[in-house]
Amino acid sequence: MLIIFPRIILTLFSICDIIHIVMLNTDKNGDCMSKQNTNITVTSLLKKFPKANRGDLIPILQCVQEAEKFLSKNAMMEIGDFLKLPLSKVYGVATFYNQFKFHPPGKYQIQICRGTACHVEGSSTILAALISDLKINTGETTPDGLFSLEVVACIGACGLAPVMSINGEFFAKLTTEKIKHIIQDFRDKEASNE
Amino acid sequence: MKIEINHQSVNMPSGISILDACKSANINIPTLCYLEDLFPSGSCRMCVVEIAGNKNLVTSCSTQITEGMKIFTHSNRVIAARKSILELLLSNHPDDCLYCDKNNTCELQKLSAELGVRNRNFSKQLIEKEIDKSSPSLIRDPSKCILCGRCVRVCEERQTVSAISFIKRGSQTKVTTAFDGGLNTSNCINCGQCAMVCPTGAIVEKNNIKDVLAALADKNKVVVVQHAPAISVTLGELFGFKPGSDVNGQMTAALRKMGFQFVFETSFSADVTIMEEASELVDRVKKGENLPLMTSCSPGWIKFVEHFYPEFLNNLSSCKSPQQMMGALIKNYWAFKKNINPRDVYSVSIMPCTAKKFEAGREEMITGGLADIDAVLTTRELAKMIDMFNINLAKLKPEDADDPLGEHSSAAKLFGVTGGVAEAALRTAAFLITNDDSQVHEIHEYRDLEGIKELTVTIAGITLKTVVISGLSNARLVLDDIKRGIKQYHFIEVMTCPGGCIAGGGQPFGLDKDRIVARMKALYQIDKNEKIRKSHHNKDVVKLYEEFLMHPLSQKSHELLHTKYKPRTGY
Ligand code: SF4
Ligand code: SF4
Ligand code: SF4
Ligand code: FES
Repeated sequence: MLIIFPRIILTLFSICDIIHIVMLNTDKNGDCMSKQNTNITVTSLLKKFPKANRGDLIPILQCVQEAEKFLSKNAMMEIGDFLKLPLSKVYGVATFYNQFKFHPPGKYQIQICRGTACHVEGSSTILAALISDLKINTGETTPDGLFSLEVVACIGACGLAPVMSINGEFFAKLTTEKIKHIIQDFRDKEASNE
Repeated sequence: MKIEINHQSVNMPSGISILDACKSANINIPTLCYLEDLFPSGSCRMCVVEIAGNKNLVTSCSTQITEGMKIFTHSNRVIAARKSILELLLSNHPDDCLYCDKNNTCELQKLSAELGVRNRNFSKQLIEKEIDKSSPSLIRDPSKCILCGRCVRVCEERQTVSAISFIKRGSQTKVTTAFDGGLNTSNCINCGQCAMVCPTGAIVEKNNIKDVLAALADKNKVVVVQHAPAISVTLGELFGFKPGSDVNGQMTAALRKMGFQFVFETSFSADVTIMEEASELVDRVKKGENLPLMTSCSPGWIKFVEHFYPEFLNNLSSCKSPQQMMGALIKNYWAFKKNINPRDVYSVSIMPCTAKKFEAGREEMITGGLADIDAVLTTRELAKMIDMFNINLAKLKPEDADDPLGEHSSAAKLFGVTGGVAEAALRTAAFLITNDDSQVHEIHEYRDLEGIKELTVTIAGITLKTVVISGLSNARLVLDDIKRGIKQYHFIEVMTCPGGCIAGGGQPFGLDKDRIVARMKALYQIDKNEKIRKSHHNKDVVKLYEEFLMHPLSQKSHELLHTKYKPRTGY
C-alpha cells in the first residue's frame, strides 16, 4: 500500500513542517545527548527548547526518551501542552517511528531478530512463543518489570538463526522449547536473588 | 476558462479544482477522502481522472483546471484504476454488510456496486482490531476503517478537538485516540461529526433502539417521547421525501403507532429555555455580571468549554438544554398532573445529536433521584425503528402532539438552526426590556450557514453585542479573541455542529450543503407560517409558570431547569 505513507504524513504536518523537523533533527540532537542525566524531569528538559514550535516535536521526543529511556504518558502530555499540540497528534507522531518506546525497559531486554535469515529459520514462531510465554506484545514490558520484548532487524548473526539477544547476550538456534527454558532460567535466577 | 470534459466544451471560472468543475457540469466523480471546504488531502485516489497529454492519472480533488484542459472522467483506464483502488481497500475489509450498521448507507458499499466489484481479486487479509464501545455516543470499529482520514480532519479542522488521529504506520496504521484508549478516555465531545463523514461503518452512533423496545414492551411503564425541533425537517429524507420536507405530523402519528403513549415536542421546553435564558441575559446585562452570556443547549459545546476553556464556565447559561428541561418537567410536573408515578415513566428523546446521549447520562442530569431522560435516539435510529415496524410514513395522517408539553411557538423551532436560539431569545428579551409586543423580530443577519455572525442590536437604549457561532473551530477563534481582549460581547450563541442541529451528528449521514440549506429554509418557512412566533406567547408555557414555576429564574426553576458545569481533563 504505497499510498499510506504520504497519506499519514500529510495529515499530521504540512510539507514545510516536515522539512523543518528534519533540519532540527540533525542540529539539536547532539546538544541534548551530551547532557545525559536520568534525573532531569521533562519540564527541565523542555527548557532547552525555548522557542519551540510544532516542528520541534521529534527532537523533543528524542531528547525526553534519551533521558527517561521511554516516553511515558505524562511526558507526552507535558510535551503536548508545551507545544500546544493535541495529545493524539503527539502520540500519532511518536508511534509512527520505531525508535520510540512507550514502556520502561525491563530488567532483561529481549531483542528478537526478524531479519531474513531468522525469518527463514522460523523466527515468527519464536516470537509467538515469547509473546505467549511473557504475555506481552512487542514493545511492551511485563508488569513485574522483568522482561521487555522488542523486534529488531538483522543483528548480524545470521549463522545463529533464529537468534535473540537478552541484555546483549546472544541465544542461538532457538526453538520454542529452548525459549521456555531460557525465560525460566532468568525467572529462577531472579527468584533466588530475592 | 474553457475546458473540455468528456468531449463537451464548458466554461469554468479559473482556480477551481477539476472535481468542482465536473460537479458544476453535473458530472459525478466518486470520492472517499474529499471534504467540501477543507483542503484536499488527495490520499484515497478514488477521484482520479485522465487528462489528454498527461501520462499519469491525476486526482481531481487536488488538481486545478487549466486553459484548454481535456478531461476524461470515465474512460476505461479511469474506471479500471478506481476499481483496483477499491479492490485493494477491500482486501482487508470484513465484508460484514449484512450485519453492519451502515448497510444501505455505506459509501464503500455503494462504490463497490457502482464499479461492479463482485468478487475478490486479492486474498482476504483481515486484521482483527478491537471495537471501541466505551463512548456513550459512538461506536468505532477500526476493522472497517479505510484510513481515508475524513474523521481525523473533521475533528481537527472543523471542531479543533483532535480527539482522534492516525497512529503507527504501514499495515499497523489505525485511527484512534491518544494512547489508543477508548473514546471515553479522550477529550472527544461526542459531536458525531466524524460519523457524519465516515464513508464506512467504522464510526456510527451507539444504538439504543433495544432499550426503547424493551420499555415499550413493558406493561408497567408509561413510555413518553419528545422530539427535537430539527427532526421534523430531516426525518423525511430517510423515507424518500425531498430535503426540507416537514413531516412533523406524520412523525407524531408514527411514534404513536409504535406504542409511545404520549408524544411531546422538545420545542415546548425550548420555549421554556428562552424564558429562562432571556431573563438570565437581561439580568446579567443589568448587573454587568458574567458577560458574555453563552448559550448552553449544545452539549458538545459544553464539554468543549469544560475541557479547553474552563475559565469561561461561569459565562455559560446555567439553563439545562431543552432536552433535559423537558425530561425534568415530564417527571416532576406532567407526571404529577396526570397522577402517574414518575418512577413508572420511561422518557425517550429523539435528537439530531449523538452528544445528547452523553448529556442524558451526565450526573448533573438527575432531578429528585430520577434521571431526566432514560434513552436518547438519533434521527437515524428513529428511522430504523419506523422501518422495523414497517410503517409507511408518507401514508400516515398527520397528528398533533399531546398537551400540554406539545405546544410550541415557532421561535422554538428555530433552535434547530444556527442563529435560531439567538433570534428566539432576542424576540423575548425585547419584550422583557420594553414591554412592547407589537412586532416580531426577524433577524436576517443570523439567517445563513456562516460560522461566525456578529450583530449589534439596540433595544430601548440597551446595546447588545451578539455573535452567533457554529462549528467549534469558530468558537475557538472567538473565545481566543475575547481572551486577548480584542472582542467583547454580551450574548453568544454556540452550536457545536456547523450549521446547527439540522446538520447534527445524529442526522442522515453526509454533510451535503444543498440538503442542509433546504432544511434551514424549511425551519424559517415554518416560522413564517406560524401564528405564535414568540416563546412567551406559548399558552402552555405561560400556564406552566402560573401554576408551577412561578416565574423565570425562580427557586423551582433553579431546582429543575438549571445546572452546573465542571472543568474536565482528558486528552
Ligand atoms: S462498512 Fe460498508 S462495506 Fe463495510 S461491512 Fe459495513 S456496509 Fe459493508
Ligand atoms: S465525536 Fe466529535 S469530538 Fe469526538 S471524535 Fe468525533 S468529531 Fe471528534
Ligand atoms: S474511521 Fe471512517 S472516516 Fe475515519 S479514517 Fe476510517 S474510514 Fe475514514
Ligand atoms: S477524493 Fe480525491 S484523492 Fe480522495
